Amino acid sequence: MIYDFVIIGAGVVGCMIARELSMYRAKICLLEKGNDVASGSSKANSGIVHAGYDAKPGTLKAKLNVLGCALMEKTVQELDVPYKKCGSIVAAFDQEGTDSIRKLYQRGLENGVSELFLLNREETMRLEPNIHPGVQGALYAKGAGIVCPYQLTIAAAENAVSNGAELRLNFEVEKIEKTEDLYLIKSAKDTVKARCVINAAGVFADKVAAMADDNSFTIIPRRGEYIILDKTEGKTVNTVIFQPPSEKGKGILVSPTADGNLLLGPTASVIEDKEDTSTTASGLDEVIKGAMAAVPNIRLNKTITSFSGIRATPDTGDFIIRESEKNPRFFHAAGIESPGLTAAPAIALYVIEMIKSKGILLEENPNSVRIRQGIPRIAELPLEEQNRWIQKNKAYGKIICRCESVTEGEIIDSIRRPAGATTVDGVKRRVRAGMGRCQGGFCMPKVLEILARELQCSPYEICKNEKGSYILKEGEIEHD
Amino acid sequence: MIKTDIVVIGGGPAGLAAALSAYEKGVKNILLIERDKELGGILNQCIHDGFGLQLFKTRLTGPEYAGIFIDRIKKTNIDIRLNTMVTKVSDDLTVTAVNEDIGAYQIQAKAVILAMGCRERPRGAINIPGTRPAGIYTAGTVQRWVNIEGKLPGKNIVILGSGDIGLIMARRMTLEGATVKGVYELLPYSSGLTRNIVQCLNDYNIPLKLSHTVTKIFGRKRIEAVEVCRVDQSLKPIPESREIVECDTLILSVGLIPENDILSGTNISMNKVTGGPFIDNRFMTEVPGIFSCGNCLHVHDLVDYVTDESERAGENAAEYVLYGQKEKESSGIPVLCGDNVRYTVPSHLSKDGKGALTLMFRVTKPMKDCTITVASDGILLLSLKRSRCTPGESVRITLPEDRVKTVLEKKTPITVSVTE
Repeated sequence: MIYDFVIIGAGVVGCMIARELSMYRAKICLLEKGNDVASGSSKANSGIVHAGYDAKPGTLKAKLNVLGCALMEKTVQELDVPYKKCGSIVAAFDQEGTDSIRKLYQRGLENGVSELFLLNREETMRLEPNIHPGVQGALYAKGAGIVCPYQLTIAAAENAVSNGAELRLNFEVEKIEKTEDLYLIKSAKDTVKARCVINAAGVFADKVAAMADDNSFTIIPRRGEYIILDKTEGKTVNTVIFQPPSEKGKGILVSPTADGNLLLGPTASVIEDKEDTSTTASGLDEVIKGAMAAVPNIRLNKTITSFSGIRATPDTGDFIIRESEKNPRFFHAAGIESPGLTAAPAIALYVIEMIKSKGILLEENPNSVRIRQGIPRIAELPLEEQNRWIQKNKAYGKIICRCESVTEGEIIDSIRRPAGATTVDGVKRRVRAGMGRCQGGFCMPKVLEILARELQCSPYEICKNEKGSYILKEGEIEHD
Repeated sequence: MIKTDIVVIGGGPAGLAAALSAYEKGVKNILLIERDKELGGILNQCIHDGFGLQLFKTRLTGPEYAGIFIDRIKKTNIDIRLNTMVTKVSDDLTVTAVNEDIGAYQIQAKAVILAMGCRERPRGAINIPGTRPAGIYTAGTVQRWVNIEGKLPGKNIVILGSGDIGLIMARRMTLEGATVKGVYELLPYSSGLTRNIVQCLNDYNIPLKLSHTVTKIFGRKRIEAVEVCRVDQSLKPIPESREIVECDTLILSVGLIPENDILSGTNISMNKVTGGPFIDNRFMTEVPGIFSCGNCLHVHDLVDYVTDESERAGENAAEYVLYGQKEKESSGIPVLCGDNVRYTVPSHLSKDGKGALTLMFRVTKPMKDCTITVASDGILLLSLKRSRCTPGESVRITLPEDRVKTVLEKKTPITVSVTE
């Protein structure tokens, strides 16, 4: 089998590209080294749809951010993903901050951001009653929003697979060989052949490029630590609250999430290990201090968990979306740090145009669909509708996760869907079982059982997330 | 919509006792809703003994204790709905429930008894830095695996927190052949019962490290080790005391939280200290007709007390259904926390309350040779001596009926204090 396109990396960028390519008659293979899609940066980031005033005018980042923000509403409708156009503010607490937001305002206008306003103190307080009263003003971007980053990735993957793309998990690319017109992409055990390659390998995109003798860029992993609070706290703020940016990044934000929690973070620290997603006492402290500086009455005792994510910062200062200079038909979609999530739908279209511009023929596939129906959230439906689902399938009447009111039917769906869950965290990211305040204490043994039953394996084979992260380590207890 | 007199939410020890006592008081239309496939609640996985010492003067296991009440309830006409989850309770006494066979449905009651129990505080709530591997579980989850499902989650165990379930699981895991490296407790005292420290740790030479906590987690796939530190008086880790302890499982026993999520749509106000609703001496919340008892009211250390309390909640709910509410005043006479008292249950008195008043409370710190006093408007209503009080063991005292009358007549707040 020779694939027309092999995409390396099933994060949000790889999955959105796979989805757009799946609208054409082409053989597509999406390779992922993890055992689920969205298992790197795409599962652990701020989930913000940025308006586009941050990036330097003229960069690819600026262009694709503004475009991506505009495309997001349509994308989430098509893919049935949690999203809220809640707006964002950059709050200024001193003269320096006030100067900074004025500059951002100008930059936003230059980048073509619409619905951008400078608010005075009163207007800011009215919009965000819980903000620190020392606030002096804010830059308000009405078009900004929040989206669930892993749901977006999962939905895009599912849509692509439904349209015929192939997803190969646990495929860690180790070597790329070139023949005259093909690329041979090899893992330790397997080889796939491709006419075109798209490198969307996130923090490892430089490593993948180097396998094809392309050393034109380096990805620097930067870790961001976050704290997430209970859904009871989601209404502490109305918009995404940023503080004026520094050279380290956009600073600590306080934001509702698309699912209704409250998110604080991130820090930004350059790290050595590209997969070191541990949190640190000092990092979490920094998150708390930074968040409290903007919103002093955050109820930290409602914390449900903390986590960290890695951002793929390129040494070039801009997104790297181009054909490899050394390799024809080998395209990079690399260095996609913030606002990469926002830009993802635009990056996918940009990549399609780039492919076409190289004379590669893409013929639309009339059988492909752009619509993906999400898994029903039974608990959020009116009683009569709940009952319609339960009549169709009893399992929708059995609540497994009490914190998030997730039924067995939804969990089974999350496993049986295309690009479905195979792990406890995979179920959690698809239907939120275990995502609530008890963090799976109650439902995890049940989810484990359902996974083992659906996947026809032993519960001892079920992992939390990556390969080897077994939930149960020892065997059955033998009683005399 | 189904109509009934009383809906009891939860079929654990609290719900069983409340339903039975309401039934015995003469209310015949009672519906008991349980989310699990059998009655008994968390007692079903508590196969150790020590239950029933107060109430039955004998040592029972959890299932034996629950069995007594399950047998009794099966002899009544109480309508038991298993595998059914309540998703919502409303101020107008409607209860929304869902199960596989009926689907989602509503019940209109004349009184609702909340008996949902509690849940465990997870790792995230205490924000331990480090990686997020598999192998970190709450004590109750491990207890379920070991005692109900017969699965051993790991063999090299560190336990954080010395709550009762943590202590019990230290012994349980040891008996199953696992090595328990130690129980680490942040506070300078254990929050568990003394008898559990003796029988579950000391008898098995498991070290209890007070004023210690886990400060970091290592391991990417499965937990491989934890970093533990001694803490100073302000509970801050002392970096020089850092020590790495290898393990494949970290069991958390860091607190229980009353489970009251389904009340979010009601006007019931919650006590931030207990996590349960404010109630009066009839166990009625601030919404007329909604009663609360057991661990969703406040976390108990002995099930015997849960039973006793829930029986009284059931009786009061029955009276409410049979005779209505006489007194319309909502807030009543406050019961205040004096020196060294963290909380009291009930938090206020209603004129409708009858008889002697049982007050439950917890102290803020361990104390020896102390005096418990109950006073109102400068009058000492009760004074008791105790050789010791600890935050891990709740205190129950009874204010005689004539004293309660005095308070109800005077309408002045009463204050509970403990002094050394």
